[in-house]
Amino acid sequence: MTVYQISVFLENRTGQLAEITKILGDNQIDMRAISIAETADYGVLRLIVDQPQKTTSILLSQGFVLSQTPVVVVTVPDQPGGLAPVLQLIADGGIDIEYMYSLFTHKEGNAYMVFRVSDDEKFTSLLAQNGIAVANRQELGITD
Amino acid sequence: MERYYQPEIECASREQILAWQNERLVKQVRNVWDNVPYYRKKMEEKGLTPDDIKGVADLHKLPFVTKDDLREAYPYGLVARPLKDCVRIQSTSGTTGKRVVAFYTQHDIDLWEDCCARAIVAAGGTNEDVCQVSYGYGLFTGGPGLNGGSHKVGCLTIPTSSGNTERQIMFIKDLNATILCCTPSYAAYLGESMKEMGMSPEDIPLKAGIFGAEAWSEEMRQDIQKTLGIKAYDIYGLTELSGPGVSFECSAQTGMHINEDHFIAEIIDPNTGEVLPDGTQGELVFTSITKEAFPLLRYRTRDICVLSREKCPCGRTHVKMSKPRGRSDDMLIIKGVNVFPSQIETVLIAQGYQANYQMIVDRVNNSDTLEVMVEMTPENFSDNLGKITEMEKHLVSALKAMLGIYAKVRLVAPKTIARSEGKAVRVIDKRKI
Repeated sequence: MTVYQISVFLENRTGQLAEITKILGDNQIDMRAISIAETADYGVLRLIVDQPQKTTSILLSQGFVLSQTPVVVVTVPDQPGGLAPVLQLIADGGIDIEYMYSLFTHKEGNAYMVFRVSDDEKFTSLLAQNGIAVANRQELGITD
Repeated sequence: MERYYQPEIECASREQILAWQNERLVKQVRNVWDNVPYYRKKMEEKGLTPDDIKGVADLHKLPFVTKDDLREAYPYGLVARPLKDCVRIQSTSGTTGKRVVAFYTQHDIDLWEDCCARAIVAAGGTNEDVCQVSYGYGLFTGGPGLNGGSHKVGCLTIPTSSGNTERQIMFIKDLNATILCCTPSYAAYLGESMKEMGMSPEDIPLKAGIFGAEAWSEEMRQDIQKTLGIKAYDIYGLTELSGPGVSFECSAQTGMHINEDHFIAEIIDPNTGEVLPDGTQGELVFTSITKEAFPLLRYRTRDICVLSREKCPCGRTHVKMSKPRGRSDDMLIIKGVNVFPSQIETVLIAQGYQANYQMIVDRVNNSDTLEVMVEMTPENFSDNLGKITEMEKHLVSALKAMLGIYAKVRLVAPKTIARSEGKAVRVIDKRKI
């Protein structure tokens, strides 16, 4: 039950982001997380949404360039030092982080962090060995 | 097996072609001397009379005709027949702000359509074919020229003209169009639209395309051939001379045969006007020897190309011209370096981008700048910003290698660069504004 992130090419132009979020809103799509990586001229918008398939087809039909990327969503205790052990595992395992960001959603004292790393398989097995929970799609309310 | 529309002309011996040219040139020079005061004056200024021109060998003595002459003589100053004998006007798209109006007698139209018919047959067309003409109709010569040629070949002709892309695709599919005639940028756009509509080349019956009226590279040809599943042939022409069909490609796809029974071609040094030997790159100059209403002697096309008289495997004996490598007036001088838009197109396609681009040239702090707007494609996109930046860097260095100067690349969202259904606007030179 892999979680997929939708990555959208963003031209650095006034109103581009407003345009996309309006499209999502008009189509009753709920965002779980949003993150942007940018250069001076363009950027990549990264989204976790409740209906990734629907979002993909709507944005494609509107002419956006996008891709779906598998990511790992890790449950992290929402308290000081909660994230540190996860990052330590990654460092000790010799895994590279391409990028990471957090979900809006919280659950019973836990926060969720989205990770895109160089080696998903190794990362998830390390998490399992250390009793760190990975969130699945149901838990995040992802339906399609 | 190669087929010809007029084999006795297209495969005539070189001696025969030269004999036609000698006879027709002498007659044409006499014609303009007698009927066009503007020409007579230009000849008199050089101390020439018709007796000085005894054949093609004397052609170099005649003065050039340029776009400036056409403008000065506008509208009737170069017309060699009474208007009652003329039946048609065509006009250039005026992209450079210099509108040209050309006149035709019925005979002129007949010969022009023959030239287009030769191109269609060379592309494999027969009376069994359905030919969709998606060039603009009207003042633009593309639509009327290919339409007439298609009729002469006996193709079932679909005069869709340009625009309404979904309808174009519907007609190709429903009416089994086998030959498509349009500008190369529109062909590329049709291919892209088909892909978006979820169609593959196998879904359409097209087998050949005849594309012209704007510069396109060999890479763009490969691209169009792949996305439409056809063989793409180049066609060349100018409104001033008739329209499309001045020259056309054969099955060899290695240059366009000039219809030398109607046009004499020369290559000159654009700076000195000196005639250059075959095989040398220079500006193409044409003399129309059969035109009645609007004959042009030594008309400077501004197109930079090379002529080749090497034997062609197709059997045609008429000289071949390379694809124009740029226009002496499209050529941009940026930081003192000659830049042709076609060079940028070549790089983009090689790097997996769409050939849809726009060059923005500016001058900042007395120094020229070049920015190339390029549309992002799904193939080149990544969720990883670093990978996109990497691709962008590759593109910048490939452009630098091709052009010899630095060009800033600006990646933009798909479909943000305006696509015209006629000719594409590739260059915005803010230095002139």
